[in-house]
Amino acid sequence: MSQSGFVMGFVHRRRRGAELFLLLLALAVGIGAYAAVGIGVEGRVPADIIGYGSWLAGLAIVAHVVVRVVAPYADPVLLPAVTALNGLGLAVIHRLQLAYDAGAPGPTGLPQKQLTWMTLGVVLFLLTLVVLRDHRVLARFTYTSGLAAIVLLLLPLAPGIGKTINGARIWIGVGPFSLQPGEIAKVLLVVAFAGYLVLHRDALALAGRRVLGVDLPRGRDLGPILGMWLISLGVLVFQRDLGSSLLFFGLFLVMLYVATERPGWLVVGSLLFLGGAALAYQLFGHVQNRVNIWLDPLPYYDRTPGSFQIVESLFGMAWGGLIGRGFGEGSPERVPFAYSDFIIGAIGEELGLTGVIAVVLLYGLIVERALRAALICRDGFGKLMATGLAAVVALQVFVVIGGVTRLIPLTGLTTPFLSYGGSSLIANWVIAALLLRISDQARRPVPEMAGTETSDEQADEQATQMVRMVDRS
Amino acid sequence: MNKPIRTIAIFCLLLFVALMLNATWLQYWKASDYDDNALNRRVIEDAYSQQRGAILVGDEAVAESVESDDQYDYLRTYPQPFKYAHVTGYFSFYDQTGIERSENAVLSGDDDLLFVNKLVDLLSNKSGKGGNVQLTLDPDAQDAAYAALEKLPKDSGTGAVEASVVAIAPSTGKILAMASLPTFDPNKLASHDFGAVQQDYDRLSQDPTEPLLNRAIQTTLPPGSTFKIVTAAAALSSGQYTADGQVPGGATYQLPQTSGSTGEIDNEGRSCGTDEIPFAQAMEQSCNTTFAALGVELGADALREQAEKFGFDQRYLRDLGPQAVSQFPEEADEPQAGQSAIGQFEVRATPLQMAMVAAAVANQGVLMRPYIVDSIQSPSLETLRQTEPEELGEAVTPEVADGLTQLLVSTVEEGTASPGAIAGVTVAGKTGTAQSGDPDVPPYAWYVSFAPAQDPEVAVAVVIQSAGIDRGEIAGGTFGGPIAKAVMEAVIR
Repeated sequence: MSQSGFVMGFVHRRRRGAELFLLLLALAVGIGAYAAVGIGVEGRVPADIIGYGSWLAGLAIVAHVVVRVVAPYADPVLLPAVTALNGLGLAVIHRLQLAYDAGAPGPTGLPQKQLTWMTLGVVLFLLTLVVLRDHRVLARFTYTSGLAAIVLLLLPLAPGIGKTINGARIWIGVGPFSLQPGEIAKVLLVVAFAGYLVLHRDALALAGRRVLGVDLPRGRDLGPILGMWLISLGVLVFQRDLGSSLLFFGLFLVMLYVATERPGWLVVGSLLFLGGAALAYQLFGHVQNRVNIWLDPLPYYDRTPGSFQIVESLFGMAWGGLIGRGFGEGSPERVPFAYSDFIIGAIGEELGLTGVIAVVLLYGLIVERALRAALICRDGFGKLMATGLAAVVALQVFVVIGGVTRLIPLTGLTTPFLSYGGSSLIANWVIAALLLRISDQARRPVPEMAGTETSDEQADEQATQMVRMVDRS
Repeated sequence: MNKPIRTIAIFCLLLFVALMLNATWLQYWKASDYDDNALNRRVIEDAYSQQRGAILVGDEAVAESVESDDQYDYLRTYPQPFKYAHVTGYFSFYDQTGIERSENAVLSGDDDLLFVNKLVDLLSNKSGKGGNVQLTLDPDAQDAAYAALEKLPKDSGTGAVEASVVAIAPSTGKILAMASLPTFDPNKLASHDFGAVQQDYDRLSQDPTEPLLNRAIQTTLPPGSTFKIVTAAAALSSGQYTADGQVPGGATYQLPQTSGSTGEIDNEGRSCGTDEIPFAQAMEQSCNTTFAALGVELGADALREQAEKFGFDQRYLRDLGPQAVSQFPEEADEPQAGQSAIGQFEVRATPLQMAMVAAAVANQGVLMRPYIVDSIQSPSLETLRQTEPEELGEAVTPEVADGLTQLLVSTVEEGTASPGAIAGVTVAGKTGTAQSGDPDVPPYAWYVSFAPAQDPEVAVAVVIQSAGIDRGEIAGGTFGGPIAKAVMEAVIR
């Protein structure tokens, strides 16, 4: 180890072998689940198991090899965790499709489409890693991203291309495809917030006064948070999308707090959130409806709009119990949209509490690795971005799984990597790529002497910047 | 920025822990609640694909699953549908009642008692079979009860008989007979033709005579004169009266704080002396004036205390439901206490409750918890759990119980309860005629008894809520007495 490495305290190993090993485990989960579905539902291993398995394994191995080349120091746990979730999701969607094909009401061709989306997701994942060699480049696109995110959020409201599906106007139709631009927007929003906050954090952090032991921000600095609050409310009001609204505002709040290190923002933000929630409850029937169903779902079972979906899902999860019914032994197809928002209900029914906890732990692992990358990242922009991406995953998982299991009122969101849906899957694979890129940068040993004089001008410049960032944290 | 990132990490940790705890709560602790919910089709569909345990009375199954060749593997059948309908309940795609519901865990095989069987089935890859439920019912008593009810003339208006019989063994609390009219065919509700099931269910649930109701435990009516047993018990327990002594008498009794005919109680022409009469005569002639006066003198609190010792205001039935709670009014002034003492005002009792009053008197004053599930058996008929008789408390002292028995025996031998007499057996009994409170609705006829009086084997309560009987004939146990007699004979013989 070089002197500088010693001074920096610790140099990360690449751990690509560990990643490969974990990836094989993840593939065993995905392909094994696919085989188990065949055995459970049809009584035999699916005929296309070799083709399917090879395709899945091929995607994973290509991803691994590319990571090995372009991001050798990237976190070794993220890719396997994501692959396991995606593989499990595919198997559950395949299981549901078999039930739909056998006569239960539902769409057709889901597994094929989802596999296509996954392939596209992996391609974008790889493209992101190959093209984006340094995440700090994204800081240049702060305002572009912000603008693009707002345009994407507004698109579904535009006449002609916007579509209302299941009461939420969050879709656009592009030719034969339906896209949820909100899913893409959340990644862009993280970039935009990170870029904005890393520049303005001093102003947001230093000015203000102290009330009851809490540093409250200055009135004029409330501008951005109020703006974001209004955007979230807009999503809620015009698109009737509770989940995304909650996600965007929560994300912004977390990033603002991390950037400024001031809990006062959390107080202000939480008050705004509670105010908005109370207002929405007063004004909108569908919000009241959701809350009433949450408090006591059973009386609404037969009504429209009612609680049939969540009650059936709760019945299913209860029916699954500790170890689940086993693939093919439950009736997850009874739950409308079991393949998207309610996929955790299907997992709870057929794989039991064990399966649900395993899934939640996998998400927990992803969030933990992302926050670890944020902690050791050497630049403020990367820290903020990694924290934001972690918060997106954590909040989304909490909102959707919490909603389905009746911990909080139900708001529609997809379950990352598990649920059927192209926009969601692609966006989440890009999030995974960004996290790998940031962790690669963070774990990579400092190439030249840091804090010492060298003749290499470029390295000097780089090192100086890093030290400044480290000091601040 | 690392400090807030760490805070966020802890926050995320809390979110995920909350998710996992909530999932555990849902899938472990709350799971059986959701499984038991009547809306839950998964459990039902699963139940249709495995052999549900039988409900047994004596050696015979009154509900059993037989193999079926339609879309499900097994069909629930009830070989004696009308007679046992209210006890077994029905097992339909939409709902379950009676034992089918209360012992669902055993019948479906999910009960922990059947864990070993389930494990063996699982390992040997056989489809699971549910456990059997052996009832305490005596088939002869049930036959007699149902046959006697069937003989009642039908009400000209509704074309139905609304009546119920319940018999219990005084020393254990075993329910020996439980029958209600009108009844229904649970086979039709257990059918796999769900459209027909829904139609039949709609018809039954809209029928004004409520055939689905298990009147023995789900209907409370004013007990009328049969409540005088409770009043007599309170009087004897107070120490101021003895069964051999004198009680107030008279042809009429003016309730305190009242004047004129509204507050005046008479005996409908029965002979109740003038000033004082023997206690035995008051019970034999069912003297309203005597018991109203006793009620006023003892006070509502003493009456309520005595009634609650017999089981009023309590839920005691554990293995069948839902149980209607028999009530003694919470608030009663003096005239209301007088009316309550003769089983009017707001006193309400189920037939089971009145049978328990008789049973407690018969059992030397000790009230036993009534039960209908005798034992739980594995699919191979091995007994897994035997219900043990349980004392609920001492309703009256043995001395008071003896006094009451003496009064009730002479009521059958010398008085109004004579239609329940059995040749060669000493029977203790009491009739009752309760005003419905609505002039268009005829009074309800009650009959409560136990036998043999020296060593009681059975206590019976009969109530006829509505039948094709003239008002004049309702009194005096003309119809209730023979029903009770038939059931008592079936048990004793």
